[in-house]
Amino acid sequence: MNRIQVTFDQLKQTGEKALIPYIPVGYPALETTEELIRTICESGADLLELGVPNGDPLADGPTIQAASTQAIANGTTLRYCIQVVQRLRQSGLDLPIIFMGYCNSFLAYGLESFARDAKNAGVDGLIIPDLPSTMAGPWVDIFRQHEIDLIFFLAPTTSEERAASVVEQGTGFVYCISVTGVTGARDELPEELPQFISQAREATSLPLCVGFGISTPKHVAEVSQYADGVIVGSALLQVINHAPKDQMHTKVREYVSSLKEATISAASSTR
Amino acid sequence: MMKGFFGQFGGAYVAETLMGNLEQLEQQYEQLKDDAQFRSEIAQLLNEFVGRPTPLTPLRKMSKDTGGAKIYLKREDLTHTGAHKINNALAQAVLAKRMGKHRIVAETGAGQHGVAVATACSLLGLECVVYMGALDAERQAPNVQRMKLLGADLRLVHIGQRTLKDAISEAIRDWITNVRETHYLLGSAVGPHPFPTMVRDFQSVIGEETKSQILQLENRLPDCVIACVGGGSNAIGMFSPFIEHEEVRLIGVQAAGEGIETTHHASPLIKGSLGIFQGVYTYILQNADGHIQETHSIAPGLDYPGAGPQHSHLKNTGRAEYAYIDDREALEAFEYLCREEGILPALESSHAVAHALKVAKTMTEDQILVVNLSGRGDKDLSQAIEALERMNKEEVSIR
Ligand SMILES: Cc1ncc(COP(=O)(O)O)c(C=O)c1O
Repeated sequence: MNRIQVTFDQLKQTGEKALIPYIPVGYPALETTEELIRTICESGADLLELGVPNGDPLADGPTIQAASTQAIANGTTLRYCIQVVQRLRQSGLDLPIIFMGYCNSFLAYGLESFARDAKNAGVDGLIIPDLPSTMAGPWVDIFRQHEIDLIFFLAPTTSEERAASVVEQGTGFVYCISVTGVTGARDELPEELPQFISQAREATSLPLCVGFGISTPKHVAEVSQYADGVIVGSALLQVINHAPKDQMHTKVREYVSSLKEATISAASSTR
Repeated sequence: MMKGFFGQFGGAYVAETLMGNLEQLEQQYEQLKDDAQFRSEIAQLLNEFVGRPTPLTPLRKMSKDTGGAKIYLKREDLTHTGAHKINNALAQAVLAKRMGKHRIVAETGAGQHGVAVATACSLLGLECVVYMGALDAERQAPNVQRMKLLGADLRLVHIGQRTLKDAISEAIRDWITNVRETHYLLGSAVGPHPFPTMVRDFQSVIGEETKSQILQLENRLPDCVIACVGGGSNAIGMFSPFIEHEEVRLIGVQAAGEGIETTHHASPLIKGSLGIFQGVYTYILQNADGHIQETHSIAPGLDYPGAGPQHSHLKNTGRAEYAYIDDREALEAFEYLCREEGILPALESSHAVAHALKVAKTMTEDQILVVNLSGRGDKDLSQAIEALERMNKEEVSIR
């Protein structure tokens, strides 16, 4: 069993929901990226989503666009991302690590060699926003062989037919996109979200994690009542961006642990 | 099973949120493309509103200057709004309306596609949002004014290199956000399936007309056909009916910017490698990490790092050849066509003319060359005149 599955099984037993923070590797600076990632993990992350920065991230809003551009300017490459994972693993970090990146970064590296190097470094899964399940055949073949989960999306616009293909091709968990839109912090959760998730439940037995726009502990608590996990990206980056330099780790710790808290209390209140 | 591929090129590599929309678009298009009523609606608009068919003009002076081969110019510059872009814009707008989409989003580089879309939306009563790179807006000011006058909501894009590729990225993000009520009206034969096929079909009117015109004038097919390639829509529209006629040489001309050996060009079909960009697997300009390289061309409509997937396929199979023309050669051809033939070409189209000047010299008097003049150059006047003056000064100072 791989780390992703083990983690979701354990959470299920304790009745908790998964907190999955997102941060691009190499942001805001190359020298501090590993320390920041460790702070995020120690503050309550159950799984970690590491961004492989892309210069033209079509599914991302302004916050992640800017962070990706900065990370690339700092010198982050896919090769570097893999090395970071390797070092994090050596330092004892054992939670599931998922790469979030766009098709072309992986193609440019070479799919076979990427799968091998990523697996060896300790990468557990991949989220590729421009790889729809119906285009993914050759990718699934390669990554299954190397036991790396390919995590696909369900959107509010996904038809039943397409949902069947997402479920058939995907492993690990299903990434449920809360809204029709790109990534970015939002004030309100969409009203239709609970219904969307309950429809997704009928399509799959994989864990369902919700992302895009999840920003506050209140959002997390709400989503934790019906989903299996939450993914928080842009809002975390905004905390990083707004924190005075010498307080970045404190602010990140406060924010991430407040989100984790919300996944626990919500779960216990529904029990 | 994998639809939307030309050989190994093509596909639809986009966010799941868009896939339902693309599947619906593909289905509707498949249903309508052979529907007599749909076809006649578009044909009528192309005739009454766009002014088709456009003429095939013999270039007698250019023919004499280059050694005698017969040269014809397909006059897309004479369409309403001044470029081939209107053929595709009108047809897609009609399709969108049939699909019940009342909001149109588009990108524009040179502004020609933006003007065409704004025009189609004004005619058909659709809401129109156009994204344009801030740099392109600066260098194509007349088209910015036209779009606004036509009632388009013009949104300038300040990210990336502020050109066509960034405008496409922002248009796609808008489309993801408003997918239910929005049709993305892509302006070239690029992007995810079904766009490369659909845009080609809507632009094939260029090649179809050319074919019947040349048969009438010369009673035979041309020996060679030349068109400029940005994303590749005017070229594929021109090439399409000739592809099955192996004896017709097809040449696409890319922008070499400051020189094909510099890093400032826009020639993915010459210098690119395979990758996925903006929804499609094709030749792109990228670095070793798969990041898109900056491009440059004096012609904003050619200033794009990716090639339409069918062009990649035509290149790999050898059915078409791809050549390149730099900024200076394009400007010289721009001036030449004005002075010698009384026709003001778009800077994009000037690339095709410049290459035609070279190819014609290698042809014999009994051979026929057709050049697609994709658009007119009014939009380029101030840019081109400035650049020509700069060029002439440099020449003087070298001497
Ligand atoms: C006049 C003209 N020609 C050519 C192009 C290039 O586009 P394509 O390669 O799709 O024909 C443009 C694009 O803006 C244009 O305005």
